[in-house]
Amino acid sequence: MFRLRRFLKNYKLQLTVGPVCKLIEAIFELFIPLITADIIDTGVKNNDVGYVLRQGGFMVLLGALGLSFALVCQKSASIASQGFGTEVRNAMFRHINTFSHAELDKIGTPSLITRMTNDINQLQLAVAMLIRLVIRAPFLVIGAVIMAMSIDMKMSLIFLAASPLIALVLFLIMSKSVPFFKKIQKKLDTVSLISRENLSGNRVIRAFSKQDSEQSRLEEQNNELAQTAVAVGRISALLNPLTYVIAQGAIIAIVWFGARFVYNGDLTQGEIIALVNYMTQILLAMIVVSNLVVIFTKASASASRVNEVFDTVPSVRESNSAEIRTDEKAPSVEFENVSFGYADNGYALKNISFTLEKGETVGIIGGTGSGKSTLVNLIPRFYDTSEGKVFVDGANVKDYPFKQLRGKMGIVPQAAMLFAGTIKSNMLWGNKNASLDDIDKALKIAQAYGFVYDNPEGLERPVTAGGKNLSGGQKQRLTIARALVSQPEILILDDSASALDFATDAALRKSLKEETKNMTVIMVSQRVGTVRYADKIIVLDKGELVGIGKHNDLFNSCSVYKEICLSQLKAEEVLNK
Amino acid sequence: MKNKGTLKRILKYAKPYRSSLVFAMIFALLYVVLNLTAPVLVGYAIDNILDKNNVHFNDVAMLLLMVGVTVLACAVFQWLMGLCINTVSYGTVRDMRRDIFRKFNTVPLKYIDGHPHGDLISRIINDVDAVGDGLLQGITQLFSGLVMILCTLGFMLFINPYIAIVVVIITPLSMFVAGFITKLSQNQFKKQSKTQGEISAYIEEYIGQQKVVKAFGYEERSQEDFEEINARLLECGKKAQFYSSLANPSTRFVNGIVTAAVCTVGSVSAIQGTLSVGQISMFITYANQYTKPFNEVTGVIPQLQSALAGAARAFALLDEEDQLPDSEKAVELTDCKGKIDIDKVKFSYVPEKPLITNFNLHVKQGQKIAIVGPTGCGKTTLINLLMRFYDVNSGDIKIDGTSIYEIKRNSLRSLYGMVLQESWLYNASIRDNIAYGKPDATLDEVKKAAKDAFIDHFIERLPEKYDTIITEEGANLSQGQRQLMCIARVMLCDPPMLILDEATSSIDTRTEIKIQQAFNKMMEGRTSFIVAHRLSTIKEADVILVMKDGNIIEQGNHSELMKKNGFYSTLYNSQFSAS
Repeated sequence: MFRLRRFLKNYKLQLTVGPVCKLIEAIFELFIPLITADIIDTGVKNNDVGYVLRQGGFMVLLGALGLSFALVCQKSASIASQGFGTEVRNAMFRHINTFSHAELDKIGTPSLITRMTNDINQLQLAVAMLIRLVIRAPFLVIGAVIMAMSIDMKMSLIFLAASPLIALVLFLIMSKSVPFFKKIQKKLDTVSLISRENLSGNRVIRAFSKQDSEQSRLEEQNNELAQTAVAVGRISALLNPLTYVIAQGAIIAIVWFGARFVYNGDLTQGEIIALVNYMTQILLAMIVVSNLVVIFTKASASASRVNEVFDTVPSVRESNSAEIRTDEKAPSVEFENVSFGYADNGYALKNISFTLEKGETVGIIGGTGSGKSTLVNLIPRFYDTSEGKVFVDGANVKDYPFKQLRGKMGIVPQAAMLFAGTIKSNMLWGNKNASLDDIDKALKIAQAYGFVYDNPEGLERPVTAGGKNLSGGQKQRLTIARALVSQPEILILDDSASALDFATDAALRKSLKEETKNMTVIMVSQRVGTVRYADKIIVLDKGELVGIGKHNDLFNSCSVYKEICLSQLKAEEVLNK
Repeated sequence: MKNKGTLKRILKYAKPYRSSLVFAMIFALLYVVLNLTAPVLVGYAIDNILDKNNVHFNDVAMLLLMVGVTVLACAVFQWLMGLCINTVSYGTVRDMRRDIFRKFNTVPLKYIDGHPHGDLISRIINDVDAVGDGLLQGITQLFSGLVMILCTLGFMLFINPYIAIVVVIITPLSMFVAGFITKLSQNQFKKQSKTQGEISAYIEEYIGQQKVVKAFGYEERSQEDFEEINARLLECGKKAQFYSSLANPSTRFVNGIVTAAVCTVGSVSAIQGTLSVGQISMFITYANQYTKPFNEVTGVIPQLQSALAGAARAFALLDEEDQLPDSEKAVELTDCKGKIDIDKVKFSYVPEKPLITNFNLHVKQGQKIAIVGPTGCGKTTLINLLMRFYDVNSGDIKIDGTSIYEIKRNSLRSLYGMVLQESWLYNASIRDNIAYGKPDATLDEVKKAAKDAFIDHFIERLPEKYDTIITEEGANLSQGQRQLMCIARVMLCDPPMLILDEATSSIDTRTEIKIQQAFNKMMEGRTSFIVAHRLSTIKEADVILVMKDGNIIEQGNHSELMKKNGFYSTLYNSQFSAS
């Protein structure tokens, strides 16, 4: 938990001023009994109504002063705690942005969401309480113990015995309940995961009429969550009664031993009253402390979940942030004996080597699981190779800063996803300074110009999260246009024409060929029709490169390619004219 | 007033735990009374300790014993009260989550499609949590606070009604201050809760789509956007927290005034001789005792407020209108033949943008319908209507002569086997995923379906085989593998009709041939709708629907349409033009 204190460093002022003001308010509060005593001892005794009224006014004045100090404290607490939360959230989002897919899959999006909202909220509350109460409560406890000592050293032994006992109870309950709080957050993650699945898979669930079984799946987790919460509640509920019993036991002891002391003439009745009052004060402060304990226990569970995110090291790291020089004449992309395996799943790619020249159109074809997507994911360095090297413009991709490397590329992923905003805001993803002409040109190449401008709102048409208000084909064409806006040197289409009908697909390829003369275009596809006119076709089978060349040559030389062709085309359509 | 309604509804939710709630109140009452009694007994005990050599040890021992019993009983009741409150609040939270979740599957799909999922998740997680915390802390303290106030008020009236009245007159000031602060912070809490939802939705979208974010080097810009929302959250968070934390010191200030008033009025009375000095000190003690619970009650206000704000958002979701329930006459359609008649259907997602204006289609039993056309022509919409994910605006769709609006939804949907564009799998074993539509399927049946979908080899190669857990959204499978799993899922159910929504697009052609064979076998005698762009599928179809702008512009089989030399033949020829 304390590791997160680095996010508090901008709030040193608030962290000091807040508790100090609170302390001043507490001291003013301690004055009140003295003044009341004074009113009675001086005012009433002398029948001085004027004095009584003056002192009464003074009490109100002290109250008002106390109030203003308290306000400063509350203000500091709200600034520091909310500011702290905001900085943690920003830092966490920034850190998550450095994760590669491996880390994201490991923690999971729903869990990241709960951590960024729920967990950080708990931490914020803890910071606010730190400022508002943490100083005040111990101040009252220590003050009371010192006062007791000044009255009678022997009697103060009772205080010295009771206080550690209360502390022990606090410690035991805290250590018992921390694991439960962690478990609760984990269950909450599961509930969040199931909710998310049910929202994204709503159509499938309804199609299979699985509403009831999904409901019981949630209820099972939900019930466990409730049970765990009740179980931890049972432990926490012990806190107040136990501390109360200890403090009251101490009071009984004070009165009992005090009675003997008075009998022997070592103590007065008034001093017993004072001691009892101080013990009550300690108890009241301890109740505040015990509430704080619950807040801090929860916060420490949350802190460890937050730290877990910060401790996750991205597996693909930028080795260098300065732009590097590239070779204009070097091939656009080059693979040199590249192998790649996902963690303990064997090799997804084995010993792949090839060279793609600038301006070439390249088709990558192969069956499911043949490694097509993996291969193109290595070019922008979404993953690092297990063996071998990947070069872009003559330089190893590992030497590039991410921005320079990925800035060369326009990538169209398999799943067409847009972001909430407008069509225009999505088009500006790759280059926020792109002109309207750039956008229009990209839309035209991607065959999206028509449907975008058929709508009266045109580029300003709103897009909802994920692009849910557009059809699959529209989304896919917009994702292609999005990649083209920044006029990349390398365009990677990862099976991204799959939702297009063949007329649109053909028109897209035609305009790509005409409009992007200098662009290296890499098309991953399963359709022969998409790749047959490419300058170079790479055929993958079970992670191995089994053929590379032009359509007609490969048809004759590569059996895998021939099989694919014959499965999709009639014999008389097979060869390019 | 609106808050009152929300509060009432929360209480309604707590109804199943009424007995726990009632017990909590009883225990709270006992706890407070005993808690007030203990100091009185201690006071009496001290009264028996008079002076040197003048202590009534027997009485002191007796009274201290009573204190001990009172304290123990008080502690036990406090503990029991805590347990009861736990049961109430966690039970209520559980029930609210359960109902909100149920809502996800009963609202019209339009609602799910139209709301950011992150925001909906924030409601089921954060907002409901706030209700739980508010209830847990709120009810206990509110109630014991009120009891405390009433008890001390009784004591004070008993000692001296006049000064008691002074205290009572000043109290409304406390109420007024609390009320004012509540109002002030309420709006901020609402804003905070809303911004929290916004930020969840943003995280959901951008973390969920990290791949795209990375591909475009968008990290910095998304960070900026995020920080902008976060800054807004900071603003309303600061205000909400500050305003609500005003309550405590403000009431403490009012308390100070009360003490000062009691002290002044009391002293003046004492000077006039109508009150003893001892009574003043007693009064000051009780006035303190009386106002302290106000502190506690106002301390609870922030929690209650965020509970109310959270509850309001949760209830807003629960108040969403459900999809029209199945009509009472709705039937289960058994023994479906697969004859479909679509008559004069009119449909649009938004009223001002008509999409499908007049759609007619008559499908005979066992026909294969291929739907082709430019993207966005309304293919997915047609599926939404057939499966009744959305309802038509006018017109009718009939299966075997029965309107689908007179068939139970679950029965209607079970008639179709559907493979959608986005292949959805859930966090469970591969076996559970394949058996999703038929949970009682044996492992052999599951294996057979996997074999029919050509995914069995892949599964057998995994270390855990059919027990392999699919991670979130099936991230450890490739797109093609996921789609094959979805196909196996349908194959296991063996439904009378099929809907394939661009399903085979991510599966390589070599596997696809085998799948096509399996499908062809399955499609024998079954009515099938295929949103397709593969020539082989289209050519073999009995009817090809060529759609454009939501309407069917051409209809017929391949050779008929080619002869027509219309839109379809242009589409077809474009496939083979050199690019």
